[in-house]
Amino acid sequence: MRHLMSPLDFTVKELDNLLNLANDIEKNPKKYAHACDGKKIATLFYEPSTRTRLSFEAAMLNLGGSVLGFSSADSSSAAKGESVADTIRIVSCYADICAMRHPKEGAPLVASLKSSIPVINAGDGGHQHPTQTLTDLLTIRSLKGRLDNLTIGLCGDLKFGRTVHSLIHALVRYPNVHFILISPEELRIPDYIREDVLRRNNQSFREVVRLEDALPELDLLYMTRVQKERFFNEEDYVRMKDFYILDKAKMKLAGPDMLVLHPLPRVNEISVEVDDDPRAVYFKQVQYGVYVRMALILTLLEVEVC
Amino acid sequence: MLNVGQLNEGVVLDHIEAGKSMQIYRYLNLDKMDCCVAIIKNAHSNKMGKKDIIKVECPIDQLDLNVLGYIDHKITVNIIKDARIVSKKVLSLPEQLVNIITCKNPRCITSIEQGLDQVFFLADPEKEIYRCRYCEEKYRSMRRKA
Repeated sequence: MRHLMSPLDFTVKELDNLLNLANDIEKNPKKYAHACDGKKIATLFYEPSTRTRLSFEAAMLNLGGSVLGFSSADSSSAAKGESVADTIRIVSCYADICAMRHPKEGAPLVASLKSSIPVINAGDGGHQHPTQTLTDLLTIRSLKGRLDNLTIGLCGDLKFGRTVHSLIHALVRYPNVHFILISPEELRIPDYIREDVLRRNNQSFREVVRLEDALPELDLLYMTRVQKERFFNEEDYVRMKDFYILDKAKMKLAGPDMLVLHPLPRVNEISVEVDDDPRAVYFKQVQYGVYVRMALILTLLEVEVC
Repeated sequence: MLNVGQLNEGVVLDHIEAGKSMQIYRYLNLDKMDCCVAIIKNAHSNKMGKKDIIKVECPIDQLDLNVLGYIDHKITVNIIKDARIVSKKVLSLPEQLVNIITCKNPRCITSIEQGLDQVFFLADPEKEIYRCRYCEEKYRSMRRKA
């Protein structure tokens, strides 16, 4: 039995197979419409989320399966003080697979150690968000045609932005990927990513503060939101939240093929006037998220569709 | 010259960084053991200037010496039997630490989950860096931290 805790749980070859499966689902959705008949996914969301939870649920429904779960800690036994280990033992009796989001880092890993069903990390605090990474990789590969030879700008909250951490982990395994890390001084990438991932892999990267300086050389701009829930101090959040705003004027500095991705929800960091720009692909990204989660569910449940 | 009685069976921990002996005393749970322990603080050392030494009289298998690798893998561990040094244990950084240190990250699941072991893995042997198994928060070995 396999779980998904980090994007590195899959080898590059396994990841290729997963993305190929997602692309096949995109082309032939009917072929997979009953692949999970009779199966259930439990979505255990200890903190609010719209897209990720609905994406998992849509993915399972598209495969013919059904869903159960909770969408906040208040509506679960966690409010009564139940441990993650106990909750997953119980949920293992109800469902065939589980997606867990938790504000505490490492909670899904704790669950996986006690679970008898596959556990998917659907985001744990500021740590990892592997299914967003799978979504990002599928979007990039589908729209750029490759995952290597790319100059990628990661912009915004690089300190607490788990989507950024997971994406870097995944992309360092592909040749000739150059990162430009764009953030205010206070929200720079954590040292464990800089030292253990980027430097250890001799990855080409540089850190800048101004978005305008990076835009002309990017194949891809990955924008992130400054997340209020990650700050202990409201004052710091207010100071940081509008540090970057991508608008039409800035988009003029970018190349004609540069794609703009965003894990969403977007607040002010991308002006709505950018939405109609053909380079803005963050809503397409959401659709790819469903395909890749369908592929993931099939893979972890070891369901083969002929 | 300070003279502390000879051991029949036990360990002599030599070349402890001066002032660290009480930490080691606690990590080895010597305070909870009913055995004879001698702590020599600030002894003269040609190599280190000053050093601490701990002598413990007890059966070897009663001590978890692996933890010493985390505290300071440069400590010399002399194993004593029949009042003779029978071997010197070479210390290395343990691959994993269980319930030796505690994760200080308030966002880590270990801060709320009951009965969860505090597990750290050796992430970078060269820099002597450990990371929490759950949240990957960084901790340096005690020798590097000092």
